[in-house]
Amino acid sequence: MSTNWQTPSGMTRRHFMQHLAGSSAAVSASMTMGNALYANADELKKNHKSAILLWMGGGPATIDIWDLKPGAATGGPFQPISTSGDLQICEHMPMVAQQMHNLSVVRSMSTREADHNRGRYYMHTGYVPNPNIEHPSYGSVIAHETIEQRPELEIPPFVSIGGASAGPGFLGMAWAPFSVSSNGRIRNLEMKLEDSRLRERMYALEMIETGFAKRTRDVPAYEHAKVLKKTFDLMTSSQMDAFKVDKEPEEVKERYGTDGFGQGCLLARRLVESGVPFVEVDLGGWDNHNGIHTILKDNKLPQLDRAMSALVEDLEQRELLKDTVVIWMGEFGRTPRINQNAGRDHFARAWSCVVGGGNLNGGLAVGETSSDGTAVETEPFSSEDLMSTVCKGLGISTEKTFTSKNGRPMKIAGGGKIISDLIA
Amino acid sequence: MSRFSLIALVALFPLAASAVDSSTPTQVSMINSMIEQGWEDFEIKPAPVVADEQWCRRAFLDIIGRIPTGEELEEFMEGSRHERRSDLVERLLHDDRYTEEYAGHWATTWSNILIGRSGGNDRRSMISKDGMQKYLRDSFARNKPYDTLVRELVSATGSTKPGTENFNGAVNFLVDKVNMDKGVLATSSTSRIFLGQQVQCTQCHNHPFNQWKQQMFWEFNSFFRQSRSLRRFVDGTRDIDHAELIDEDFAGEANQAEDALIFYELRNGLTKVAYPVFTDGTEIPKSGFVSDVNRRNELAQLMLDSEYLDKMIVNRMWSLFLGFGFTKPVDDLGPHNPASHPALLEELAKAFRSSSYDLKQLITWITLSRPYSLSPVLGSNNEIDDPSIGEMPKFSRFYLRQMSAEQLYQSMLTATDAASSGSYEQQEQERRRWLGQFVVAFGTDEGDEATTFNGSIPQALMLFNGDLTKKAISTGRGSYIARLSSGGKNPVDRLNYLFMNGLARRPTVNEKKVAAALLRSREGDEKEMLQDMWWAILNSNEFIMQH
Repeated sequence: MSTNWQTPSGMTRRHFMQHLAGSSAAVSASMTMGNALYANADELKKNHKSAILLWMGGGPATIDIWDLKPGAATGGPFQPISTSGDLQICEHMPMVAQQMHNLSVVRSMSTREADHNRGRYYMHTGYVPNPNIEHPSYGSVIAHETIEQRPELEIPPFVSIGGASAGPGFLGMAWAPFSVSSNGRIRNLEMKLEDSRLRERMYALEMIETGFAKRTRDVPAYEHAKVLKKTFDLMTSSQMDAFKVDKEPEEVKERYGTDGFGQGCLLARRLVESGVPFVEVDLGGWDNHNGIHTILKDNKLPQLDRAMSALVEDLEQRELLKDTVVIWMGEFGRTPRINQNAGRDHFARAWSCVVGGGNLNGGLAVGETSSDGTAVETEPFSSEDLMSTVCKGLGISTEKTFTSKNGRPMKIAGGGKIISDLIA
Repeated sequence: MSRFSLIALVALFPLAASAVDSSTPTQVSMINSMIEQGWEDFEIKPAPVVADEQWCRRAFLDIIGRIPTGEELEEFMEGSRHERRSDLVERLLHDDRYTEEYAGHWATTWSNILIGRSGGNDRRSMISKDGMQKYLRDSFARNKPYDTLVRELVSATGSTKPGTENFNGAVNFLVDKVNMDKGVLATSSTSRIFLGQQVQCTQCHNHPFNQWKQQMFWEFNSFFRQSRSLRRFVDGTRDIDHAELIDEDFAGEANQAEDALIFYELRNGLTKVAYPVFTDGTEIPKSGFVSDVNRRNELAQLMLDSEYLDKMIVNRMWSLFLGFGFTKPVDDLGPHNPASHPALLEELAKAFRSSSYDLKQLITWITLSRPYSLSPVLGSNNEIDDPSIGEMPKFSRFYLRQMSAEQLYQSMLTATDAASSGSYEQQEQERRRWLGQFVVAFGTDEGDEATTFNGSIPQALMLFNGDLTKKAISTGRGSYIARLSSGGKNPVDRLNYLFMNGLARRPTVNEKKVAAALLRSREGDEKEMLQDMWWAILNSNEFIMQH
């Protein structure tokens, strides 16, 4: 076949394809066809449902933020203040207090996982870790369930800002989080190659991919091809503008806070506005075994207060909040008892999460803990329950059942029950 | 059910084996017969043996952490058909020209296990990554017996940083783990990494699913309570220069060094007392004076006597080569987590101990075994052998897995002959910068981390467009493509070489057709065609996967 390799001239892409046409080499050209199909869709549908998860890595002391126990031996030094909702929160969250009519605190979270990795997995998936199966996380599930609402979306449906979030499990790598840093800059986005040549390279690549997948018949080989397709879409999409958080006016940036978490929340709003169904923004540093109240007062709470209040306010003003569920949580809470290092340790038995937006009721305190914060005194809620309620708030059916790769039926959100107080 | 039949089988025919020639180590025959028994029990047929070239690529990646060069593949294929595989293992393990790469690959693997990819990155960290790497490289270059390695890592004292007084790189494993939270992290890491015992949950309560009790956690923890890490500053400043891990007298929490006890709290608020007691119930003297009893030295000795030590390393090494261990997760052993091949795990552990903990022997047994020789094909005869959906692995085929970021980096350098110039330190800095882009920390005190080098979009973008790829596919003077295009007989010959080099196989008919079309598209510029094909090869699943 080497005989034909002389110099032709004036090749076009069409010409290139013709050289392959008719030969068995002409595999499906899904990658090379590109995604111009929706290029003219100038406006995105308005009824998109999205969710933003504010993930507090390390396990925040919810007893010091959302469910204060003033006067109790376990209460710590902070005082509660009134809010725009029907509940009180910590005095060091004054700006969020003005947004509480939009948010509800579930004070009766009671879980069993007090190890970071297990807790992170459980709160992200609604399932306890199981060595034999990997469950899909919030972002993968919600992206998977809402993708059909947005055929025009070319950028990843699950974006994780400033953290790793949790994986797609049995839904496959195509539903993995797309991790970016909070400045929205994406490395290695451009090839600087003329479009036709890029497409020809993609064609050659697809040929190798397909051959290998067919020979091995194994899942990872197929998953790789799907990810390549998404990567290609992303490189050639104008929707990537959504990541350019730098384009926001200075006063908006300052309102959110110029730190990583503030800019991450601002980026989350831009992404949701562009149709991304799930965004996680990470704020770590809550694993306060030592000197907790100084860290909270001087550092963590002001940072959280500014960014979280800006996000909720902005979403509301843009009329996005009714279609966007906001979730605030970490892997667990922290012990009511203050330890000898003036810190609090891991505690999962009684703690709080915060939700709002979508169809969910705001301004409420759901459930109660005992006067020292050590036990839940009303109906306890689990990660499954919270996740089911969030799904409900997004209009996703909680009757949905996935089939894992080994044929096992898996209920969405671990088959949790709806927290009825939150549903209008 | 297979568990019992396997045990019976081993008892009756410890070395029953399929037909193998006499030079095959008996340990290899043992692996084969036990794995084959599993296939029989489940009525499955294994995948065929993989082609020699593919196997050569596989062994290079697993043993020295990169793919072979074209020349190395040729050298391999020139060997006699029956001995080329065993000769290659011998060469990679014992030939001087590979010592450095072997040591580098295993130092990286173990550094990731011991301190994590982000170990030493944090401003407050006392770890010297250089010190950790140097210690591990020296150890693997000398093929230090595994028991010695563990003893040193668990009991080391000295300074973290190469070139300082009392330098002992082994201290970097524990230096960040003994001070905070009463050495909780030292406790959980040491027991998990070396004994496969997951105790982190029992810090606060008895474990609901395994045999660990809260009492045992604090007893194990007691072994670390004489140890302390001290910061050493740059003269006249508050900048940390390095750190030192020391053992000092421990007065105990009741301030009585002859009887140095600690307290811990039950969930119901009651306080209990713990002394150093090993997981098997062995007690050591209660004194906190180092001159009476050095607790970490005692711990190291007790660990070396434990059968869990042998099982854990065998399980870990097996999983590094076969893609899955006998248990999942690989570092969680015990009755609560049954192994896929319990008898094999046990026998291999014993054999490893009998070999005086020689890691190179263990590698030889695993790489020459039948399961390691199979092709990565999921067929109709072994459809149930799919651990990715939660089935126990049967090792009836080679499980596809992605290369690690480190393997990819070394392979890209090798494939393009682009080992950067500069000193070892400069190259190492460059490598770490590149690897650093994939690490994501979780923001906990335990230094938990994840990698975005996991087959997702950022990784694909990096391989599409990143500097490493740009360098690899450059057509400039002296580049790989330039050199390739000036050698070889004709374009097909050069295309063959490209595929051999990247994928250890020749191009298929379809791939040749694409290359021909590309050549026309590039108006006959063969270098540009090779560049496009090379880009496609480096980005393919077949390149990035160990298969």
